[in-house]
Amino acid sequence: MNEIIKMSATTLAEKIKNKDLTSVEVTQAFINRAKEVDPKIKAYISITEEYALKQAKESDKKIASGKEIGQLEGVPIAIKDNILIENIKMTASSKILENYVAPYDATVIEKLKSSGAVFIGKTNLDEFAMGSSTENSAFFTTRNPWNTEHIPGGSSGGSASAVSAMTAPLALGTDTGGSIRQPASCCGIVGVKPTYGRVSRFGAVAFASSLDQIGPMSKTVEDSALLLNVIAGYDKKDSTSIDVAVPNYLDTIKQDIKGLKIGLPKEYFIDGLDSDVKKSINEAIEIYKKLGAEIIEISLPHTDYAVAIYYIICCSEASANLARYDGVRYGFRAECDNLLDEYQKSRGQGFGPEVKRRIMLGTYALSAGYYDAYYGKAQKVRTLIKQDFENAFKTVDLILTPSSPTPAFKIGEKSSDPLQMYLSDIFTISCNLAAIPGMSIPCGFSQKGIPIGMQLLAKNFDEQTMFKSAYSYQQSTNWHKQFPNI
Amino acid sequence: MEISKKDVDYVASLARLEFSEKDKESLTQQLDSILDYIEKIKEVDTSKIAPTSHGATGQNVWREDTVVKSSQSTIDALFKNAPDKEGDFFKVKKVMDTEE
Amino acid sequence: MNNKYEVVIGLEVHSQIKTETKVFCNCSTDFHSQPNTNICPVCTGQPGVLPVLNKKAVELLVKTAIALDCNINKKSVFARKQYFYPDLPKNYQISQYELPFAEHGNLNISVDDQIKNIGITRIHLEEDAGKLLHDIGARQLDCSLADYNRTGIPLMEIVSEPDMRSPQEAAAYLTALKNLIEYIETSDCNMEEGKFRCDANISIRPVGQKEFGTKAELKNMNTISGVEEALTYEVQRQIEVVENGGKIIQETRTWDPDEKITKSMRSKENAHDYRYFPDPDLVPVNLDDNFINDIKANIPELPEKRKQRLIQEYGLTEYDANVIISDKALVNYYETAVNSASKETENTAKPIANWLTTELLGKLNNAKLTIKESPVKAEYLGQLVALISKDTISGKIAKIVFEEMFNTNKDPQTIIKEKGLVQISDENEIIKICQEAIDESPKIVAEYKGGKERAVVAIVGLVMKKSRGKANPQMVNKILIDLLKK
Repeated sequence: MNEIIKMSATTLAEKIKNKDLTSVEVTQAFINRAKEVDPKIKAYISITEEYALKQAKESDKKIASGKEIGQLEGVPIAIKDNILIENIKMTASSKILENYVAPYDATVIEKLKSSGAVFIGKTNLDEFAMGSSTENSAFFTTRNPWNTEHIPGGSSGGSASAVSAMTAPLALGTDTGGSIRQPASCCGIVGVKPTYGRVSRFGAVAFASSLDQIGPMSKTVEDSALLLNVIAGYDKKDSTSIDVAVPNYLDTIKQDIKGLKIGLPKEYFIDGLDSDVKKSINEAIEIYKKLGAEIIEISLPHTDYAVAIYYIICCSEASANLARYDGVRYGFRAECDNLLDEYQKSRGQGFGPEVKRRIMLGTYALSAGYYDAYYGKAQKVRTLIKQDFENAFKTVDLILTPSSPTPAFKIGEKSSDPLQMYLSDIFTISCNLAAIPGMSIPCGFSQKGIPIGMQLLAKNFDEQTMFKSAYSYQQSTNWHKQFPNI
Repeated sequence: MEISKKDVDYVASLARLEFSEKDKESLTQQLDSILDYIEKIKEVDTSKIAPTSHGATGQNVWREDTVVKSSQSTIDALFKNAPDKEGDFFKVKKVMDTEE
Repeated sequence: MNNKYEVVIGLEVHSQIKTETKVFCNCSTDFHSQPNTNICPVCTGQPGVLPVLNKKAVELLVKTAIALDCNINKKSVFARKQYFYPDLPKNYQISQYELPFAEHGNLNISVDDQIKNIGITRIHLEEDAGKLLHDIGARQLDCSLADYNRTGIPLMEIVSEPDMRSPQEAAAYLTALKNLIEYIETSDCNMEEGKFRCDANISIRPVGQKEFGTKAELKNMNTISGVEEALTYEVQRQIEVVENGGKIIQETRTWDPDEKITKSMRSKENAHDYRYFPDPDLVPVNLDDNFINDIKANIPELPEKRKQRLIQEYGLTEYDANVIISDKALVNYYETAVNSASKETENTAKPIANWLTTELLGKLNNAKLTIKESPVKAEYLGQLVALISKDTISGKIAKIVFEEMFNTNKDPQTIIKEKGLVQISDENEIIKICQEAIDESPKIVAEYKGGKERAVVAIVGLVMKKSRGKANPQMVNKILIDLLKK
């Protein structure tokens, strides 16, 4: 195996900058790896080889000429295919956008371009980011590199699988209810959902606008911090992005965590928790104790309602956000005799079953006579969930939970029961409802060899505490140094 | 609360989604079981709680009234994705006055 | 009109706010652009785009609301109003539902010299839809063609209370509202360009009944007189339905200006389930006192106040003042004329009002021109009246000069010079002409001397004829009598 693909993004950036490696060499190594293993895991919808090599050559030229370079100069990155890169196809893994070519760059893409990053490909996802397994992709299911019979998680399953399989050192995902953290957990990598408003949403296909965030995925904590450095910040094109100065997350990442107060919410350590997951989390808690952290049991009393209100809120918002896919200005159009049929057939055939189910649920929840009972009520319970976290953070600096109740399940295992599938997000969705930052880091393997992830949650805009805690842990463990045998 | 097939028909027409009869049946069941699960939120007392309708807590985000014209290449890109066009227009099935 | 029934009318006016750019993106609002040139990813509803509020649109709406004596809500929220239509790219319109910018205002109207106060329910901000073409010239299309130039242009929707009791009151309300908005320049109110549109809710009830009858909503009235005609027709229609034992059904009806009737628009059962919910992409607006006070300080003199000033400052009658303030362009014209005349001489304000309301408006009316299109510049009308006042020309000559001004756009001095119309006020010259006239009319002179004083009129006529109307009439009178008495 080529050594380049095992290197962290931080190392690659350093070596490219110092001319130990060229961007073309690095990019080509990852493309070769992708060509070799991606047919087995199907992480990518498209590998943008030509585009990437052109960018890589430009980076090399820039470095050779001694011009000022970006933080990610020449480093490849995979992009979830619900984020727009101008002139490149963007499908959101939906038939309705199968041939859509992005007419503009997402803000994160602009930022990555100016940082010198190289776009290696667009990764698979559950259609419109709705799902926890990538089984809802209109094109194909992505596989878990650790065991291809298992799901890679979702919806950013393609990005997680790509990084885990070393076909990209970095990836972008989007997270509405755990869509970065849960697949990161499934595939044994790091995934970060930043504070709502930390990263611009402009140019990420909206699923649930009040919950969506773009975030980094990588093998190491340091790499995710580096990537967040590049993509974070206020954007005048996104009214919900927040004008808070972006610290250099790498500056504080190596600080020790002695005396740090870590809360364990009792509602997350429930009976249904898988025994392997429980064991790994308990071991992680022991490591934190050794690192000098203080472990405190806390309560997040409204946790039990999170899944219910999450599905009301995300489906309601999605029902409006996805109304624009109608075959009028772009996207799939089922030719019919009249407009009404054309709308209904274009949407009926263009969307997959899960997307339609959620649009139906959301439309129902907002329809005349039901608003107060569903959407109105959910917004109020959301306030209570936010308050739970505000109260908890009065006594602790960080909250630690499992990322998922079970390790990655088998493909097909839950696809017939939407509710069971929804419940697999149980630990990740409160974070989006409360708008706080969260991340998943690898903390072990199940007896069957499937990765297990641990979730860290922090206060609004306190990604720094989260990163340094994750970094300390990762320095004390070797999970991130293991590679799937694919 | 129970969702009926009539509700599903109504919601499907609001959302402009076509389903086969078979799909409607399974959808009705699935929505019913999801709504049944959601019922539990009723037990929470929210009488004194304000709603959270936004992810961010900001306010008064606005911009100045300055024109920025799209480049021709952006406008071309918008038209390239159009399923149908005629001259400078996006072409759609004839709209009846009565549809809204 | 039947006096068994009382008519109840409420109006919804959509007025295009006068901004350079659209309300949620930076595209131009120019009306005359080529189709689909003022468009961008945001206003065409591409995947991933986000709206950013135009501050100017808020300022102008608030200015209008203050002029209409509304309460400005400190906190305002945007909502999504959902319905599918090809002129609405997102298939939802960003509008306001709960918490609009302004509520509870009022406006005075005058009908048959009676002042009546009409309540304003609310004013909210929303985005306009695009335009659909169904024909090109005379050619009917078998499809619709969408132009998104208008999509996203800011509208203020001004909703009145159901306070109007006749079509005439409705017309008076629209005239007053349009006039007010033109005064404060927050909209062009150009009805032909669709910048001031009106829908009407109308019902009838037996005189004395308190409850409202079932209302019909009328659309597609493109002029104020069209609104009045449509309402008059609709009142008659509703009375006939009720008189014939029928029931009014709640429906939307469209005005056909060619056939001069209203027609039912078949509406689907669910057409009005708009599924409003707060737009998560736009944060709330919180207007503080400074914001409101700054706008208040910049509100120009409103029609009512300006009328009082015209009466006091210029001594105009209530009637003339009313005519002149009925249109901002007209009152501006008037004051420009007065200012220009006052540079030359005094006491011209009242004669200018007469010239304006009788001569000029009459001529403009015949030529179907607005005051803005007047061939006679305001300064020139002022100069003309000053010339009369200074006895440079007589009133009679002035009419000839005015006619020439209207036809040639020239200033009065030039016309007088070109046509040799300057009044003869030279005493010697007048004595000469008068003597000639006396010499030529021995018979009349004899009659005069015989005691018939009125006979002098005939000699004056002769003098005017000889001088081609240019002799100063007062001087002619005086000199003739002097000569005759000798």
